[in-house]
Amino acid sequence: MLSMNLHIDQQVEGSTYYVSVAGEVDAYTAPKLKEAILPLAQESGKTVVVNLEQVNYMDSTGLGVFISALKSTKENDSQLTLVSLQDRVKRLFDITGLNSVIDIDSTVQGGNK
Amino acid sequence: MESFDFIEMKVPAKSEYVGVVRLSTSGIANRMGFSYEEIEDLKVAISEAISNATTHAYDDKEEGDVTVGFGVYPDRLEVMVADRGGSFDLNEIKDEIGPYESNQSVDDLREGGFGLFLIEALMDKVEIKNDYGVIVLMTKYRHENEVDIHDDQISTTQ
Repeated sequence: MLSMNLHIDQQVEGSTYYVSVAGEVDAYTAPKLKEAILPLAQESGKTVVVNLEQVNYMDSTGLGVFISALKSTKENDSQLTLVSLQDRVKRLFDITGLNSVIDIDSTVQGGNK
Repeated sequence: MESFDFIEMKVPAKSEYVGVVRLSTSGIANRMGFSYEEIEDLKVAISEAISNATTHAYDDKEEGDVTVGFGVYPDRLEVMVADRGGSFDLNEIKDEIGPYESNQSVDDLREGGFGLFLIEALMDKVEIKNDYGVIVLMTKYRHENEVDIHDDQISTTQ
């Protein structure tokens, strides 16, 4: 059985933050994700790359975190990119139209395998 | 009267139990023969309904429960999610339902605005009643089953 919890790792390389997320993003775990990502998105002139390869479940609470992070990066002249989304997770961004505002690259392979 | 099995769960209206109901949903849908894709749709839709119930209903109170009922029919799963907390303005919520349109400003995006929209997108039928507390009634049909039967018929002729 896959874990219902969420694990978040982050690394910094120059002006880029690499955040790797693993587990399920729902109403319970989304606040933890927000706490991890929002401070990075509030810095100016940074790139925040979030690797979602190990995220096997996400719902609108997760979408809310990335909407919030996107707004922060735009306010602070930074960038947000989501990489390596599983098909099911990518589908939520497609259905909601968020794929047109959030930079999503499903072809990039995660670095923390 | 159509016969069906009924499973009921009552969980505290706290976000940590959303995942517990999601696992149960997965188990029931799997037993019914739903496809992997359909099970994932059900997990999201039901989690959204319970997240709504936990955040909208009991803002001011410590205690409260969310009741989830699963109606298991031969051709479909009906899921009812009910809270008995204070009601919210359904029309206001409905106005907020919808995908992001490219003419919208990013600033207008609401962090919590996609829950009911996803429920409607992922389920076949959705009814929301707001008389006493909020009840979300969602139905998903086993479309894959029809294909399976068809496939069997083809394979027997080979």
